[in-house]
Amino acid sequence: MTHIAAADAGDALVIAGRRFASRLLLGTGGYPNQQVMLDSLAAAQPAMATVSIRRISLEGYAESIVDLVGGRYPLLPNTAGCATVRDAVMTAQLAREALETDWVKLELIGDRETLYPDVEQLLRATEELVKDGFTVLPYCNDDPVSCRKLADAGAAAVMPLGSPIGSGLGIVNTYAIERICATSSVPVILDAGIGTASDAAQAMELGCDGVLLNTAVAKAHDPRRMAAAMRAAVIAGRDARLAGRIPKRTQAEPSSPQLGLIGG
Amino acid sequence: MSATIRVNGRDEELAAATVAELLRRRGIDGSRGVAVAVNGVVAPSRNWVSHALAAGDEVEIVRPFGGG
Repeated sequence: MTHIAAADAGDALVIAGRRFASRLLLGTGGYPNQQVMLDSLAAAQPAMATVSIRRISLEGYAESIVDLVGGRYPLLPNTAGCATVRDAVMTAQLAREALETDWVKLELIGDRETLYPDVEQLLRATEELVKDGFTVLPYCNDDPVSCRKLADAGAAAVMPLGSPIGSGLGIVNTYAIERICATSSVPVILDAGIGTASDAAQAMELGCDGVLLNTAVAKAHDPRRMAAAMRAAVIAGRDARLAGRIPKRTQAEPSSPQLGLIGG
Repeated sequence: MSATIRVNGRDEELAAATVAELLRRRGIDGSRGVAVAVNGVVAPSRNWVSHALAAGDEVEIVRPFGGG
């Protein structure tokens, strides 16, 4: 049997010259426990696993997440919760020291209610971090103009939101995401808002190069199963994108022959 | 009043002479995943032993946690 699947056809995700076998990025926050997180990662087989950087007095897991996860998946530190360029840059620099990576998921939050990015500060932080040698993946608005400006500022990928972080609302502006994918000079990773597998598949069908999600898996009734579903959905969505969907029609078009009906 | 430093947002007595000693006193094994900044500048782990602390220093000690 010839198995034609995106994941097997040399169709790798490439960011800043680095190739990834998977187009799914998975977060490591908010799981019921450590084992479920590890099992979910194993089921998802993500390209990268995101982590946050926090003061050491906040003891979550007894073991360091670096020891638990670091050897198995590349870790992508984020600047989650940062509201100023200074804090975001400092967090990225601490992450580089802690994890020995110059890759960073840049988050600059402009509003606590929606956790929407602050575009102006995001641009400044991107410029600053690129100058400092970082590979910057900014979490950004679903706006083709900000995405273009971030790419021009040196972002290695852009990561527009589907809907607010943790909301599970899916992709609320499919037009904008499709436009970003069609015009972006760097890879597009749909980040935030994914609620279930069909949302991840839709992101890929719209032309995204990858999907980053966390809550949809971590807070699912069965995170392991949802992680497997997300992996399958991203592959299915990518395949569907490459295969090319049929045009939408306003009327039915029978797929069975019109001639030879009995009783005629 | 004795000299103080600010560690992860809390004032405390300056009891450690260096970054390495501060970490050791707090029982932090700095071998993997720990990063330190002093006064807004990252202090590389190779310099912890020689990096002297002074009154008024603001120290951040961080490590990776779960996150999205």
